[in-house]
Amino acid sequence: MRGFDQNGDFPLIFERSKPGRRASRPPRRDDVDVAKLLGEENLRSQPPALPEVSELDLVRHYTQLAHRQFSIDGNFYPLGSCTMKYNPKVHEDAAQLFSDLHPYQDESQVQGALELLHGLQTDLAQLTGMDEVSLQPAAGAHAELAGILIIRNYHKSRGEDEQRRIVIVPDSAHGTNPATAGMAGYEVVEVATGPDGQVDIDSYREALSPRVAAVMLTNPNTMGIFESRIDELSRLAHQVGAQLYYDGANLNAIAGRARPGDMGFDVVHLNLHKTFTTPHGGGGPGAGPVGVKSHLREFLPVPIVRKDGDGYRLDYDLENSIGRVRSFYGNFGNLVRAYAYIKTLGKEGLRDVSAKAVLNSNYMARLVEEAGYRISVDAPIMHEFIAQPPAGIKTVDIAKALLDYGVHPMTVYFPLVVREAMMIEPTETESLETLEEYAELMGKLLREAQDDPEAFREAPHSTPVRRLDEVQAARRPVLRYRPPSEG
Amino acid sequence: MNTPDDRQYRNTHEWVLEQDGTVLVGITDFAQDQLGDVVFVELPQVGRAVQEGDTVAVVESVKTASDIYAPVSGTISAVNDDLDAKPELINEDPYDRGWLFRIEPDGDLPQLLTAQAYNEVAEEEG
Amino acid sequence: MSYTPHTPEDVRKALEKIGVAQIGELFEHIPAALRDPELDMSPPMDEVELLAHLRELAQKNEPASTLLGGGVRKHYIPSVVSHLAMQSEFVTSYTPYQPEVAQGILQATFEYQTMMSELTGLPVSNASMYDGATAAAEAALLAIRHTGRERVLVSQGMNPEYREVLETYLLPMGFQVGKLGLEDLTTPVAAVGGDVAAVLVQQPNFLGYIEEMEGLARAAREAGALFISVVDPLSLALLKPPGEYGADVAVGDGQSIGNPLSFGGPHFGFMVVREELIRQMPGRLVGETTDVDGRRGYVLTLQAREQHIRRARAKSNICSNHQLMAIMAGIHLSALGPKGLSEAAAASVANAHDLAGALSSAGYEVLTGKRFFNEFVVKLDENAGATSRKLTRRGTSGGIPVPREYGLGEALLLSATELTTGEEISRFVSALNDVAPSARMVAR
Repeated sequence: MRGFDQNGDFPLIFERSKPGRRASRPPRRDDVDVAKLLGEENLRSQPPALPEVSELDLVRHYTQLAHRQFSIDGNFYPLGSCTMKYNPKVHEDAAQLFSDLHPYQDESQVQGALELLHGLQTDLAQLTGMDEVSLQPAAGAHAELAGILIIRNYHKSRGEDEQRRIVIVPDSAHGTNPATAGMAGYEVVEVATGPDGQVDIDSYREALSPRVAAVMLTNPNTMGIFESRIDELSRLAHQVGAQLYYDGANLNAIAGRARPGDMGFDVVHLNLHKTFTTPHGGGGPGAGPVGVKSHLREFLPVPIVRKDGDGYRLDYDLENSIGRVRSFYGNFGNLVRAYAYIKTLGKEGLRDVSAKAVLNSNYMARLVEEAGYRISVDAPIMHEFIAQPPAGIKTVDIAKALLDYGVHPMTVYFPLVVREAMMIEPTETESLETLEEYAELMGKLLREAQDDPEAFREAPHSTPVRRLDEVQAARRPVLRYRPPSEG
Repeated sequence: MNTPDDRQYRNTHEWVLEQDGTVLVGITDFAQDQLGDVVFVELPQVGRAVQEGDTVAVVESVKTASDIYAPVSGTISAVNDDLDAKPELINEDPYDRGWLFRIEPDGDLPQLLTAQAYNEVAEEEG
Repeated sequence: MSYTPHTPEDVRKALEKIGVAQIGELFEHIPAALRDPELDMSPPMDEVELLAHLRELAQKNEPASTLLGGGVRKHYIPSVVSHLAMQSEFVTSYTPYQPEVAQGILQATFEYQTMMSELTGLPVSNASMYDGATAAAEAALLAIRHTGRERVLVSQGMNPEYREVLETYLLPMGFQVGKLGLEDLTTPVAAVGGDVAAVLVQQPNFLGYIEEMEGLARAAREAGALFISVVDPLSLALLKPPGEYGADVAVGDGQSIGNPLSFGGPHFGFMVVREELIRQMPGRLVGETTDVDGRRGYVLTLQAREQHIRRARAKSNICSNHQLMAIMAGIHLSALGPKGLSEAAAASVANAHDLAGALSSAGYEVLTGKRFFNEFVVKLDENAGATSRKLTRRGTSGGIPVPREYGLGEALLLSATELTTGEEISRFVSALNDVAPSARMVAR
């Protein structure tokens, strides 16, 4: 029987299916004549071939699938740039309290939800040093699009949209930055990273001109280095009339200690699923609030939550709003979790987050260096750092070998500008012991790779599947299950 | 690294072969090796007018996508449809069965690299 | 508190290794003027205080009614769904970039893609989008890329919020958005211009009525435009799937198949396309392959379309999607199976028709000129907004005042699901009778 065979293919839910089985029974009406109500001509000719399984089959299947999955709850997961910190359990209870609300209920029936959203808007504005925050965007990249459209509307309102066609991003930027700029109709100009891991100021000056609409920066940047010349970067950008955009991917490093608003940024987005620890869910949902300085307030996406006397309401009345970026009011479930996190930590707790995130990262950098890796930039390290293996050793091989030890690899081959990059972000919630064990393991794997390179490339051995043929997957895409009879 | 003498090259790693007044274009052995296993090729429409230096095709491997530029202005007169089903031809036979497209040029070919000059470019990058 | 495990001894040990005396020194390269801003925030709460505070907020909300629709509805979700979807391995994992240790998410997503393909009758589903509105906007952009044309036609029957989002995405790029106005509650079939990249029509439409999708799709096809069908996946248990009437793309919001209301999010958006459009598809795709031992496994594939590789020329900037909500839908669809899903859909339809019948009997004018699914319009003699608020104060659903743009006068949009009870229906009708009696009935 399928499912017991540990060496064969793990079954799909469709392969566990048997006609006539079922798990759950919805409230049913026996007397419904759908053909009469909906019209015979509107009905589908065949039912969809969904799985037919018992409830226990269903439970076994998805429980076994869960066992084939690494997660923060089960495994150390030091993915640079992703901030895989612990996701507190009480947040899940918090979200439950608000799950039965319909977005079109009258505002009088959802005052608690609106109060929570307003509180979160206010706290995030405080933490980023911005004047107003919208909680609408569904994820970081979505917030980037909102933010860049805000900037575009701003230039348009000044009659400068046609002239400003360029967005500047550092060559180490996340792929979403140039992709967002492209999506908003801009030409992307990349500026180089200097040997100190910061934006190369000459390259930056050269790229700036009155044709530039925005400069998108991450600070600390994707090299894990704080742009200490940020004042100058800001001054130069504003001098040519460009707006400065803050990608909040790395806010964890400076939470409660420094604010993008004070650095001169005009627009900020946050990834609540990073700094504010809403769970990643295997790729999402995230949440991406976007904050602006007062001169950009009128361009924010609608709606914004306002306090009116003792009550709260949704405000759609922003004169030059970029419009809606999604339906309803953002990923509310995630917003509840982030709100709970901020309320639990308070200001001191958030400062402790950044303190321990940076402490852990620096400590681990030393350990990894001692283990035989090179730290790619000689500059003060923030919440993450980039290591490189010695010549001849491939990052991918170290990463795959780590899997056999029940720990997740670091982010590999990012940023693109660093050869064989290993980007390590331990986060503040990990203990020194975990970091020590991981670094020790990295040292051991390095020796193994040097001793017997051939055998080393065979790893992993103990994972549910071993190295997968991604070339085959891309050349002849199989993107859904087909029963054997359909070939 | 195989760089045949019978054709010319661009420093963006295309090879160019003149044949009966048309120009055949592909990517070099060096380029296919750097890309790794090619999984997909996006080819231009036949009949499209192109300017020298335009991006006219994209060659994808699993982890990268590489733009292919027109070596000369003209009209696309043929594309290698075999690559739809077998993109691996670019890896297996970059100079023959892995060709990408043919251009009917508007005028003379611009200055291109000889095999030897291209090898120097490739060595610097490799 | 901050969930950090460091003892004072740990901090000393780490600092010594790093070679600094205090943690503060690690931040000294940040210009002093930027460091340590004043922050006005409330003091930290412990777990008991936090939950008490949140409960207090939650008590200021009223539970949702099943009579409220407009794009999301309160449907039956079996208990088993959240128990399985909310397993911590699914909830607390990252994007499956290391497939050897992410077969759980990858396979569950592959199964989800298969189920969406089955429901829509189209072959290729991506791994999920943010929501229905953004999925529709991305579908329009896909059509613009595919056809090289710069204008889309959108039925007025598409959810107004979706249309707003579509404009946010398209207009700044210089693309045009034309409107197909409703006539007698549905979209009239008319010839489509040769400059149109796509025609977008929602089925059932925002007002609940069933569109003539075949004819609309044919008109699009004849003009060389793509036909994009915006669908409620639950309705596809009964209604003809987009693949059967010639749609090129099906998009929509997946809330009706296993996602809690959650005040509007997170749910998930879906996009399912014809084979030829795969390379234009935004977002993640999971594909089947084999490992070095020949065992079947799953990976993220065709990634060269995406932002982390293609950067400025990616098909979309989408990175995080709504994976967990999509997996929840996969579990929900497996729990109900084809039979359960069609029973739920049929009960929802029947209850909506019962509600319509009860309102008719009470003398209200229910718009039944076209067939409807589980939502419909009832006309009122009094101001719809005021009536809705009065109903709310009486502790029943206020329905949704029909937007003015539809030219239907004072009217409410009402919905029912399989969870709607007969008692809920009669309570609503009697409340409506109290706050906005039908003139016809009064006259009788």
